[in-house]
Amino acid sequence: MISVEHYLAVAAVLFVIGIFGIFLNRKNVIVILMSIELMLLAVNINFVAFSTHLGDLTGQVFTLFVLTVAAAEAAIGLAILVCFFRVRGTIAVEDINVMKG
Amino acid sequence: MTVTLFAFYLFAFTAILSGFFVVIARNPVHSVLWLILTFFSAAGLFVLMGAEYVAMLLAIVYVGAVAVLFLFVVMMLDVDFVELKSGMQKYFLIGAAIGIVLLMEIGMIIGHWNVAPEAGSLLQSPTPSLDDAHNTLALGQIIYTQYIYLFQIAGLILLTAMIGAIVLTLRHRTDVKRQNVVDQMQRDPAKSLDMINVKPGQGL
Repeated sequence: MISVEHYLAVAAVLFVIGIFGIFLNRKNVIVILMSIELMLLAVNINFVAFSTHLGDLTGQVFTLFVLTVAAAEAAIGLAILVCFFRVRGTIAVEDINVMKG
Repeated sequence: MTVTLFAFYLFAFTAILSGFFVVIARNPVHSVLWLILTFFSAAGLFVLMGAEYVAMLLAIVYVGAVAVLFLFVVMMLDVDFVELKSGMQKYFLIGAAIGIVLLMEIGMIIGHWNVAPEAGSLLQSPTPSLDDAHNTLALGQIIYTQYIYLFQIAGLILLTAMIGAIVLTLRHRTDVKRQNVVDQMQRDPAKSLDMINVKPGQGL
């Protein structure tokens, strides 16, 4: 039988790949958003792994809500991106410095 | 048993490999396609775990909506992606170093943990046996009763996201000619037609 640690290892590797992607693509907002999706997916795998391991359905319900928030985040993020591209003509992260943040 | 094990390793390696290609692909369109493969493999892992409903949700919501949204935006924006990739080598080493350190930390946690002895009595909603209810039915039975308010809030979040995305991206261009329905309906022949009786041989 596949133990829960197997799934946790896969989720850990996916999460680290997400963080690695944020470092690697510091200029490209779209790939940064995709990396965030990868990290959320890893979190979801963790939730479901523990949910089935402990026999508690609450973890899968939580996964549902994480999925909802991830979808909303992607929609809003891409909308902001389209707006920004319309105004500035680029999506490079380094150019987002008008507000001196 | 061996089939399960084989399927697990297949899905796990596909998920990790395609996840890696998402972040290192040169073309963002390829990134999105790798992302779709990652989601499908993760859905396969969910099916192996016995969470079919979440697996189908992943395939429909992530692959059908989120990934396609990414694909639309990547193809719509006219960006020079080669230039955006230029700093990759510079950040590769530090990113890899931080990633390996983080992976080792998580690995230590995964290697040394155990379930609390009283965990069995703390279950919020124990999974019913497969004879009583399959995964989707069991989830529905608690989402629509125990978690109904959270479920409604999730719907509100999606509504907010939809309205926000529309408000952000909608724009009224002033440099194009538009149809004005009220104007069209208020026109009448008396104002728009001018009858002129032209006498023969004179012209206007």
